[in-house]
Amino acid sequence: MTTSTEPTTGPAAAPDRTAGGPGASGTSQASENSGAAYALSHLDALESEAVHIFREVAGEFERPVILFSGGKDSIVMLHLALKAFAPAPVPFALLHVDTGHNFPEVLDYRDRVVAEHRLRLHVASVQEFIDRGELRERPDGTRNPLQTVPLLHAIETNRFDAVFGGGRRDEEKARAKERVFSLRDEFGGWDPRRQRPELWQLYNGRHAPGEHVRVFPLSNWTELDVWQYIAREKIELPAIYYAHTREVFKRNGMWLAPGGWGGPKDGETVQERQVRYRTVGDMSCTGAVDSDATTIEQVIAEIAASRLTERGATRADDKLSEAAMEDRKREGYF
Amino acid sequence: MTTAATTSTAGAGTGAADEAAGRLLQDTSLLRFATAGSVDDGKSTLVGRLLHDSKSVLADQLEAVEHASRSRGAAGPDLALLTDGLRAEREQGITIDVAYRYFATPRRRFILADTPGHVQYTRNMVTGASTAELAIILVDARNGVVEQTRRHAAVAALLRVPHVVLAVNKMDLVGYSEPVFAQIAEQFTAYAASLGVPEITAVPISALVGDNVVTPSEHMDWYSGPTVLEHLETVEVDHDPAGDVARFPVQYVIRPQTAEHPDYRGYAGQIASGVLRVGQPVTVLPSGRTSVIEGIDLLGQSVRQAWAPQSVTVRLADDLDVSRGDLIVPADDAPATGQDVTATVCHLHDTPLRVGQRVLLKHTTRTVKAIVKEIPSRLTLDDLSPHPEPGELVANDIGRVRIRTAEPLPLDPYALSRRTGSFLLIDPADGSTLTAGMSGDAFTGAAGAVRAAAGDTAQEDGWDF
Repeated sequence: MTTSTEPTTGPAAAPDRTAGGPGASGTSQASENSGAAYALSHLDALESEAVHIFREVAGEFERPVILFSGGKDSIVMLHLALKAFAPAPVPFALLHVDTGHNFPEVLDYRDRVVAEHRLRLHVASVQEFIDRGELRERPDGTRNPLQTVPLLHAIETNRFDAVFGGGRRDEEKARAKERVFSLRDEFGGWDPRRQRPELWQLYNGRHAPGEHVRVFPLSNWTELDVWQYIAREKIELPAIYYAHTREVFKRNGMWLAPGGWGGPKDGETVQERQVRYRTVGDMSCTGAVDSDATTIEQVIAEIAASRLTERGATRADDKLSEAAMEDRKREGYF
Repeated sequence: MTTAATTSTAGAGTGAADEAAGRLLQDTSLLRFATAGSVDDGKSTLVGRLLHDSKSVLADQLEAVEHASRSRGAAGPDLALLTDGLRAEREQGITIDVAYRYFATPRRRFILADTPGHVQYTRNMVTGASTAELAIILVDARNGVVEQTRRHAAVAALLRVPHVVLAVNKMDLVGYSEPVFAQIAEQFTAYAASLGVPEITAVPISALVGDNVVTPSEHMDWYSGPTVLEHLETVEVDHDPAGDVARFPVQYVIRPQTAEHPDYRGYAGQIASGVLRVGQPVTVLPSGRTSVIEGIDLLGQSVRQAWAPQSVTVRLADDLDVSRGDLIVPADDAPATGQDVTATVCHLHDTPLRVGQRVLLKHTTRTVKAIVKEIPSRLTLDDLSPHPEPGELVANDIGRVRIRTAEPLPLDPYALSRRTGSFLLIDPADGSTLTAGMSGDAFTGAAGAVRAAAGDTAQEDGWDF
């Protein structure tokens, strides 16, 4: 999944990215404003910041893990981790919290990526908790809120001390106040009172035994940044992110895909539409949007023109209440 | 990159993108800025208007604001609610220090550190300003420069935010009077300049009406300068790192030890300041061992040089014992190392900082034990008056401290490098972040003078203004 814009054989033999840049190839600094010659693009700045965060965690924690759902944000996280530690392998395992309501394309993608990069994958299965009677199915059939218990169980049993999440501050207002290093108590809970001020690029990851730290390397990215970066880095995504024909039915103003999870109900009619997904989560509450975008350029154009946020357009669980995300975060959700 | 396999973008490769998407794919620059001011100054309204008028507020967000406005009895949408707090904050009567907002125009991407002005204003603004390249300070045109304005200017100067914008708000309530604006701008500029703020831009605005926030005012034809957003879009933030000291804190050692890379040994880190070049003689601190930069890998591409704040991997010509916490610097431009730190601090935590307290000091990628030896003075930000020997610093206090560290540290004066001149004090018992520190003198003496005195800051006493 990782590519660079030019073929490379290894770091030492790689082409010179700054050729023609300041002093890079012996050319004089033509720019009168020499600062501009050293400018970083917004994507370069965000990439550098995220890589710095990955390396801080590698340097300071014993057992980090990357939450990997097969969604675009976790795919971008993995891509950044691969770049941060090359030519060595990523020093973290992956953790997938599996609701049991997965898009098959996303599971295929997950398994391919794990094999390709020889990664270690942990799966925390919501279905197993339901089968054991430790979780109960909700009346509405959605399993997103049920992920918290298996997630915390996996963190505890594997003694993960740092857990990378793909959350972005632009997603939602409870996330807007989230730290890059977010301390969780021994119950996985998020206490706004205990959040530490973050100054400069000094991240404080100290924690007591049993506590862990959620780390959000994409904190400062927006949805558009993520897509621009996917385009720039030519990162492969599961095909459901692009327009395709699918059977869907309408619920709460969203196009949901029918499946074993319980849709459609009586009175909901299935039809074929050309859709794509803006986010990828549990099938029961992740909506598709009508779309003609079959290329990443077209996806970016559609997002830029959209008048809805990605959560507003595609996440039923965040429509529950004004503080739905805040409440789930405090209980230990992503 | 060798760990990488090349794949193509799903569904891509069907010809050129249309023109609009092409523009959207272009890289722009990134500006991090902070706002300071209280609700009374109209800060939330200004932030709401920047987001709203730059079309960064989407329909579902606006709908939520309209809903909340109605349920609170307001007639129209209250843009201040766009930056409203969490339920936990309201219920517990606390304020989470900084909320981050994101918006973009075709010219630039913005990260706004929005700090609440009314509660815990000093530590909030210090936090927001620490990463900001620009700070917007609001004043009410009816009140002019008040105590709080001076405090905000002092924090911006202390944190060395390179660009300051004075937004003189509520111009509609003073009849859009040019003399009122000119007098406030002059007074503020003189004060901020005396603190060493290098660049100040004053803009007369009405956040409520929208004058000069995003679009030029129709009421102030005497003002020909930029609107707030125009200034944010065009202010020059890429200063020349070639003039800065080069500093490279080692985060992590990359040693694949694979068949493909049996001998690769790279030092991963983010360049904190300045420019690194292949062939450059370097010193590794604190050991003092020297070598030469053999290669720089910029996330998969070999480059001849790299600069702050790029994340790179540096390879040295010699096999030295380099590990996390070490600092790689040019052999001819190394900072002094020492165990005595004199610094200006902002205390952040609700329990006070006391003389004799044992703490951890985190500087770049190194954390060492330390003890607070002295608190020579506390500073009142309103008038910058020092209060000698306060004994302790409580939350939101700014003060001078002397710290003894268990190991020598290569601290630069903060005036020389924000990244390698800053540190945190951490509670060793529970890991809380206690205090933010800036090494060396508080306000400008010229940077050159600060640099000359960098070696013996322990002897320097009191305030430098």
